[in-house]
Amino acid sequence: MTTRTRPAPARRGTPRRRRVDGLHAYTLLLIGWLILPVAIMIAFGFNDVHGKQNYRWEGFTLRWYAHLLDKDDLVTAVVNSLTIALLSTLLSTVAGTLAGLALGRYRFRGGGATGLLLLMAISCPEVVMGASLLSMFVTFGLPRGYLTILLAHVMFSIAFVAVTVRARVVGLDPAVEEAARDLGAGPWTRFRLVTLPMIMPGVVAGALLAFVLSIDDFVITGFTSGATVTFPLWVYGSTRTGTPPQVNVLGTLIFAVGAVVTAVTARRGARAPDHSRAW
Amino acid sequence: MTETQPAPARDDPGRAVPAIELAGVEKAFRVHGEHVAAVRGVDLEVGQGEFFSLLGPSGCGKTTTLRMIAGFEEPTAGEVRLHGRGVTGVPPNRRDVNTVFQSYALFPHMSVFENVAFGLRRRGVPKGEIRARTGAMLDLVDLAGRERRRPSELSGGQQQRVALARALVNRPRALLLDEPLGALDLKLRQSMQVELKRIQREVGITFLYVTHDQDEALTMSDRIAVMNEGLIEQLGTPREIYERPATRFVAGFIGTSNLLAGEVGEVTGGGSRAALSFGPDGRVEVPVRDGLRVAVGERLELTIRPEKIGIGADEPADGLCGVRGTVTEVVYLGTSTSYNVTTSAGADMVVFQQNATSADDAAARGDGVWLSWDPLHSYAIGAPR
Repeated sequence: MTTRTRPAPARRGTPRRRRVDGLHAYTLLLIGWLILPVAIMIAFGFNDVHGKQNYRWEGFTLRWYAHLLDKDDLVTAVVNSLTIALLSTLLSTVAGTLAGLALGRYRFRGGGATGLLLLMAISCPEVVMGASLLSMFVTFGLPRGYLTILLAHVMFSIAFVAVTVRARVVGLDPAVEEAARDLGAGPWTRFRLVTLPMIMPGVVAGALLAFVLSIDDFVITGFTSGATVTFPLWVYGSTRTGTPPQVNVLGTLIFAVGAVVTAVTARRGARAPDHSRAW
Repeated sequence: MTETQPAPARDDPGRAVPAIELAGVEKAFRVHGEHVAAVRGVDLEVGQGEFFSLLGPSGCGKTTTLRMIAGFEEPTAGEVRLHGRGVTGVPPNRRDVNTVFQSYALFPHMSVFENVAFGLRRRGVPKGEIRARTGAMLDLVDLAGRERRRPSELSGGQQQRVALARALVNRPRALLLDEPLGALDLKLRQSMQVELKRIQREVGITFLYVTHDQDEALTMSDRIAVMNEGLIEQLGTPREIYERPATRFVAGFIGTSNLLAGEVGEVTGGGSRAALSFGPDGRVEVPVRDGLRVAVGERLELTIRPEKIGIGADEPADGLCGVRGTVTEVVYLGTSTSYNVTTSAGADMVVFQQNATSADDAAARGDGVWLSWDPLHSYAIGAPR
């Protein structure tokens, strides 16, 4: 290297642009990888298929959207999944939020053990948890069905909500609640007007997580369902005889709702600049 | 908890009930199973409308003291009285005092208006009155027109003023301020000091101000309590505390101080004056504060502020104190010049000389000089450590 002069400004731009192009390509590849299965699922919901197998493209139709609710047992399974997801989200969000508040705010006997237990509930393999839940329900003589699925879902969702809320609570300035107290707010008012709004992002995130985990849970539900069928169980069962395109349509609809909720949450998060301080 | 003293505990005619009163207040915390004393017996009275500061280094117990007055902590021993009424067991939301927190602790999800109106709404003040009082308070702290902003959209100084307005709008009997200017930069802090003093004069509310910044305390306070290791070292006006530091700690913590120790050669004036002997190279007389006992032959330490000391080549006139020394450093500081002098009394001393004229320095490095001062400007603080 004899010349160590700086490259001229015009030339300096070129390598940088090439690097950006490489980054673009990589990003697009990654997005494609993530989105392709979903895209195929959506596409085959419009497939004008006539046989039992929905694996080959045979033309465009809206038939499956029109006949979405034709299969009664599928509809029952979807209704089961939705109601279980909603109920377990509600119950686990309330219980998990309270647990997260306690763990994030106070030091108490058993606090560390509780935290460890939550982590175990999250990291425990689903097969193990499902099998042990089944033996527990059998031991207690609880008939497997809708109720046991709900209990199982609430159980594993609580941990996720509690951990999300705790992370939020730990980041809060304890003086803010003291200020509310100082200004005359009793315990309930303080929680309603100050604490809850401040931990709301954590609560919402936890609730979304709980809903998503519940609605597509297969392994634990499989162990605890008895004769009750949820959407994932129905879809799995149908693969033996041929999955009807309605499954793709329902998958598409669930995905669409999820995408909308995520977009709205992200936009709200972007609009409330908690951390930025405008000077 | 005794229930012997209901409502107005003290009824001395001709003496106003103090806004805040602490009697033998102690606070210990359990840290890893051990009791750690944060406050070890504090007695003080803060008068109505007074600007009172608790000054001390971090960990001296000043914030714990404030939190006991606010009600966030209960004393382990002793009693807090607000307007003569014992408030043991009364929660913060039922105490007639409000707090301005060091972190401001504004409600991030509420607008400036909602923040300030929070206390009034809790007390069920009618809507119209809330609007009027909140508006007037935002005027007072110079934030009119920012009602709908969120705290995150304001500067640090503005947030600080919202915190102040949010507390003051409730017209508390006393306002407690916990290092409220600690997070601001120097310029802003200085202008806020003046601003705080103005607001306090205008609203006439008792301020109890906690700070570790001696300038802040000296600038704003009517009286100051200097705290160290859970005890009040000295309580007095800024002038008393600066001019007559009662302990070695106060002398060292507030401003720059020279400490000089020597053997007592003579005690005069019934124990109110002591003369220290330094041989032919110095004579020092010092007033002894009340309650301090001195005896001939014992060692005594005194304190003297650098700006009270004169520096010159000649032996000082009769009636003045003087010690001989050698200049080791001269630092020109603009408004004053600072001299470091090694003295024959065995201590290094610092001397400030105002640069009233543009003449040359009074001494140069290596010069032999006499340091002199009026005995009234020095102050005996006890036996040296």
